[in-house]
Amino acid sequence: MPMIEMKNVSKWYGEFRVLTECTTQVEKGEVIVVCGPSGSGKSTLIKCVNGLELFQQGDILVNGISVGDTKTNLPKLRARVGMVFQHFELFPHMTITENLSIAQIKVLGRSKDEATERGLKLLERVGLKEQAAKHPGQLSGGQQQRVAIARALSMDPICMLFDEPTSALDPEMINEVLDVMVELAQEGMTMMVVTHEMGFAHKVAHRVVFMDQGKIVEDDKKDAFFGSPRSERAQQFLSKILHH
Amino acid sequence: MATWDWQVFCKDTIDGKIVPGCFGGSGDTTYLDWLLSAWGWTLSVSLLALLVALALGALMGILRTTPHRGLVLLGNAWTELFRNIPLLVQIFLWYHVVPALIPPLRGVPSFILVVLGLGLFTSARISEQVRAGIQSLAGGQRMAGLAMGFTLPQTYRYVLLPMAFRIIIPPLTSESMNIIKNSSVAFAVSISELTLFALQAQEETSRGIEVYLAVTGLYFISAFAINRAMLFVENRMRVPGMIGGGT
Ligand SMILES: Nc1ncnc2c1ncn2[C@@H]1O[C@H](COP(=O)(O)OP(=O)(O)OP(=O)(O)O)[C@@H](O)[C@H]1O
Ligand SMILES: [Mg+2]
Repeated sequence: MPMIEMKNVSKWYGEFRVLTECTTQVEKGEVIVVCGPSGSGKSTLIKCVNGLELFQQGDILVNGISVGDTKTNLPKLRARVGMVFQHFELFPHMTITENLSIAQIKVLGRSKDEATERGLKLLERVGLKEQAAKHPGQLSGGQQQRVAIARALSMDPICMLFDEPTSALDPEMINEVLDVMVELAQEGMTMMVVTHEMGFAHKVAHRVVFMDQGKIVEDDKKDAFFGSPRSERAQQFLSKILHH
Repeated sequence: MATWDWQVFCKDTIDGKIVPGCFGGSGDTTYLDWLLSAWGWTLSVSLLALLVALALGALMGILRTTPHRGLVLLGNAWTELFRNIPLLVQIFLWYHVVPALIPPLRGVPSFILVVLGLGLFTSARISEQVRAGIQSLAGGQRMAGLAMGFTLPQTYRYVLLPMAFRIIIPPLTSESMNIIKNSSVAFAVSISELTLFALQAQEETSRGIEVYLAVTGLYFISAFAINRAMLFVENRMRVPGMIGGGT
């Protein structure tokens, strides 16, 4: 059973069709990179996976559980699916330690001590142990994004979703975040990553999904995608960002 | 120009004789006693109305930002209703019309009606600020909360409201000061608060200047105290690393 299975997902905003019959799947331990031009529906697609966006047609199964089924307990499902956003979205009024422990306590029912310990361990893992008592506004963008990854990991997720995790960062901070992600991938985390960092894709992705105008245009093994993308749109897109 | 005569406050309200020490004590009431009791009424009306306004305003503001259309509609209707009728008219409605329509309200003291009237009027304004505060956080924080597995109420409780309230402390401060000033409408339904005191005392004593100066001073002190208290709260709640926050 795939970790994420997306079947003919379609979504409309009023008249406007954002997603058209999107079908793909992510196996356990697989890393897939989603790319495509701005406005092609990448964010929308990845947010459908944990039900942050609703879709009108098709279905998504996460570890066998249907996201589209109205009887599904979405909070419970989301608690097991880690998500990292473009703009970090740490909780600004909480310290880093609180950011890392609040959901463990309130959602998973862990004790405060247990949650704090787990949080600090993950903070150490992303190299930010010294920042535990600070607030998000006192950290750099790259540091905040590493905390955001640690926060998602604190819930012991079965898979991780990333929506352009480095595109709001200054160039010199991109690598510190990518390094954490590469390490995660190498440890076997199931990951769906929207990114234009093709270096990352080269290094750890198993497959690359290319989207255009709400459709999944290419869904290939990494080598096949970089070797010879079949669609003209993907070729243009690749040459544009690779020569950037 | 007439000379000032602050002794007026030491006069007994019935026989007009100056009472030594200015406080009436046993059975007698001086204008000073009356002034202070009027201040007490002003503060009671204001603070109780503020509690009503904060509770209902927060609730309605929150409803307006939920994904449920019915709740949004309810919050919007509430806000528009209480925002678009002049305050004085609302007070009269509570006093004359509402008890006639809802018989159980007939015996309710006018003090309570004024607290409700002023509270609901202000709740509409606070609802507006709470909505704006929550919406200023954009969708990102809401999604981040939900993505962690929080339910919608938990997302409000732990993620959205703590920041939204910090953001709207300045407008809430001026709303709280407004409520002190607006409480003067209570005189219209014969609550013996500062404005009613001023009207009656200046008539009885013909010392309008002293009376109004005293009343003005007390309004000023009350509003200023609220301002300071809110400033204290704002500083206590300041988030390190945020704009305007410490380091
Ligand atoms: N709430 C909304 N209402 C209407 N249209 C929307 C809404 N959100 C997104 N869209 C539209 O849906 C399309 C897909 O948006 P989406 O954010 O998924 O694209 P994206 O591929 O992530 O783009 P980017 O690279 O800029 O992040 C865009 O055309 C966008 O304008
Ligand atoms: Mg996007």
